[in-house]
Amino acid sequence: MIATIGLFVGVIVGLLLQPSVPLWLQPYLPIAVVAALDAVFGGLRALVDGIFDDRVFVVSFIGNVLVAAVIVYLGDQLGVGAQLSTGVVVVLGIRIFSNMAAIRRRLFKA
Amino acid sequence: MAATTPQKKPAKGPKPRNPAWHRLSRAFRLYVSRAQIAGAALLAVLGFAATIQVQALRTDDEFASANKPQLIQMLDGLQQRTRRLEAEIGELEQAKSDLVSGADRTRTAVEQAQSRAETLGILAGTLPAGGPGIRLTISDTQSAVTASLVLNTIEELRDAGAESIEVNDRVRVVAGSYVLDGQGGILVDGTLIPPPYTIDAIGETRTLATAMRIPGGVVDEVSQKGGLVAVLERPSIQIDSLHRPAAPRYARPAPENSGTDN
Repeated sequence: MIATIGLFVGVIVGLLLQPSVPLWLQPYLPIAVVAALDAVFGGLRALVDGIFDDRVFVVSFIGNVLVAAVIVYLGDQLGVGAQLSTGVVVVLGIRIFSNMAAIRRRLFKA
Repeated sequence: MAATTPQKKPAKGPKPRNPAWHRLSRAFRLYVSRAQIAGAALLAVLGFAATIQVQALRTDDEFASANKPQLIQMLDGLQQRTRRLEAEIGELEQAKSDLVSGADRTRTAVEQAQSRAETLGILAGTLPAGGPGIRLTISDTQSAVTASLVLNTIEELRDAGAESIEVNDRVRVVAGSYVLDGQGGILVDGTLIPPPYTIDAIGETRTLATAMRIPGGVVDEVSQKGGLVAVLERPSIQIDSLHRPAAPRYARPAPENSGTDN
């Protein structure tokens, strides 16, 4: 419950403050958000499976974000930033869907 | 990826139902734990980041994803559009100033035409006139006052600068007016005027009165003939009778640049 409240607090603060994204963060933020989403769905799956651990969740969240940022940075340096970003988004999307499928199977046995 | 190490085996729910639902509902219950706070912090960060990213895209989504040639192209297009719009502004300003000056000219012309029409209307006797002037009353008990005497009086008034003349509040005296002797009075423009004759004249009061009274002038002349003249100086005289102008049958406006020799 508190976690859900935290999500809403974050959204509301973002809406109220409306900060502009710093220039150096602009290429990384979208990928980082998708990576964090993947971590959140992974955590949700673990929760439903009964194996949720907050330490693992924090580490996976931060790790996901960092890895996504590094991949984007590397892609930019190699000149394939756009393609690599697309690849990362595709992979993360697939993971989100598979997590969602696992959650669904757990909850509905279907 | 989260929680690959099974650590916290949840207690079995009291009911023999799907334990997944139980775990989910327990997680959404309001209680404080380290896991809840960690989740709240990370989800707050996620929500914040997602929100500002969406906002940033909403504000400049067109340019954030554009590369250099695209941006140059956009800039070029914008500059061309600016030039086109500036040219349009110039044309419209020109048209506006044209219209304004045209309207000014038209208004001035209308004002001039109106004031000319008023002047001409007073001169031609087609407009009522008012102003300072004199009222000349010629009493004629012995039928001694003739048309020529009245005409003479009118001429004297004109010489003295009378701008508008009226006889007996009935006939406006204009450039083409004539005076004839008639049965029991005089005929002015075909209208029989019985004595006493009252002539209203608008002009400078003092000058008109003096012109009437000078020795050998109108007053003297009428007195010799046996009439009686009263000159009243009035600060305001109203001349309401109008002359009905007829279109000239023979005279035509001459072209302005035509010579005097034909």
